[in-house]
Amino acid sequence: MKLAICAGPATTGKTSVLRHLTRRLINNGLHPAFLKIDVQFADEDEVFAREFEIPARKIYSGELCPDHCSVLILGDALQWAQKADADVLLVETAGLCLRCAPYVDGGLGLMVMEATSGMNLPRKVGPMLSLADIAVVTKIDLVSQAEREVFRARIIEAAPGVRVREVNALYGIGMDPLVDHILNTPDIPEQLVLRGNPPVGTCTICVGKKEIGWQSHFGVVRALNNQNFYRGE
Amino acid sequence: MIQQITILGGHGKDSTPEPVARIDLSMGQVISIVGPTGSGKTTFINDIELFANGDTPTGRRILIDGKTPPAQYREDPSLNPIALITQHTNFLSDLPVGEFLRTHAGIRTNDGGMVSSLMEKTLDFANQLTGEPVIASIRMTELSGGQTRALLIADATIICNTPIVLLDEVENAGIHRTRALELLRQYKKIFVFVTHDPRIALLSDARIVMQNGCVTQFIETDAAERLFAGAVTRIDDTLTKLRERIRMGGRMTMEDVREHAAFTAMEAKA
Repeated sequence: MKLAICAGPATTGKTSVLRHLTRRLINNGLHPAFLKIDVQFADEDEVFAREFEIPARKIYSGELCPDHCSVLILGDALQWAQKADADVLLVETAGLCLRCAPYVDGGLGLMVMEATSGMNLPRKVGPMLSLADIAVVTKIDLVSQAEREVFRARIIEAAPGVRVREVNALYGIGMDPLVDHILNTPDIPEQLVLRGNPPVGTCTICVGKKEIGWQSHFGVVRALNNQNFYRGE
Repeated sequence: MIQQITILGGHGKDSTPEPVARIDLSMGQVISIVGPTGSGKTTFINDIELFANGDTPTGRRILIDGKTPPAQYREDPSLNPIALITQHTNFLSDLPVGEFLRTHAGIRTNDGGMVSSLMEKTLDFANQLTGEPVIASIRMTELSGGQTRALLIADATIICNTPIVLLDEVENAGIHRTRALELLRQYKKIFVFVTHDPRIALLSDARIVMQNGCVTQFIETDAAERLFAGAVTRIDDTLTKLRERIRMGGRMTMEDVREHAAFTAMEAKA
């Protein structure tokens, strides 16, 4: 079983990139399965199941950060993909605070970002970029060549070991090298380990907010007559 | 040094094979691409810039000196032999102009000591193309359409300094077209202009005609057209003067076209 995990901010084109990759992987004789991890809404699983007739499912992280959710459920997901006779699992995950990276050792880590985001984005996203194997730059048709080259330089400066691939996910231009990267990824090892250390997690009480009442706090909270629930952006 | 670029035909929007199956462009040539809106002119130069290898929607293939271009062209911008100036008239980057040019110069040159002088030369070139001054401290996003295009052309010519330059509708922005062509002609490169402008088309060595996603003709500019180019230039100059007058809030009179009318009468006699 091969594993490719695709992360990146919302609406950057992760799904479009993965759709092109799925079609090409199938043409190469592989049997992909698709998993989408999102917070509260996703329909990409239905899209993949309908368009490619492959095993596809989703999970909502709900009160958990999606990257933490991925750590918890990835083992189950690989077993599910195995049972469904897949030989490569594509995982698409919503990036939120950008401080974590969902990639695991032995799997391929793809980070998708758009050429139209500011020149400082590569400097801002941290481990999600620096721990990836490949930075996929989408929407290249929307910026000048000069800006594209500077954006690329900013990525390399922020993450020197990461390969940069520029693609047009609308027409699938530049996708073939990504397929080669997946094909050249070895099968995953027995024991999977998260590639990076997650940042220290704290709750608002830990950091010293002393006001009484859940109304003053954020993150996972609970009220007297309620289960745990999430308050936040 | 690159001597030749070849475009091998693909297929049109309705999958019919492209009528002109092969085009060779040689160093020093200036080529125009003409055709109605939506005929695939921009896609054609995008294919060149992407080193299409049957992997774009048109199915075209690009050869450099008769061979498939090496992967390094896309991996390392300092080796990329192509500069593309798109129709974009605004930047998305909010960096100051100077910092952007410095960064870009640093990527494109191997000589770090050249970065500052490249930046200054680029600004100087841009300022010859546009009336509104472009200065190093302005943010890119604050530039007007004309300033943006002027800066992109200057950047492609001075910083990229590539053997192949592709320009998409240079006439669309508020820049001095004639000045741009004069300045660009000083550099020996392959220039490909997407254009609707008869003046630019006649100043080219040949023009590629497009229709419905396909190259339908390759027309070399002949001696009669070259002769005619002078007359087109005069018509164009007259219109440019009128445009300038209207911009400055002036009124237009017959006086504005008298000079042109006199020329035409003279030519009719000859």
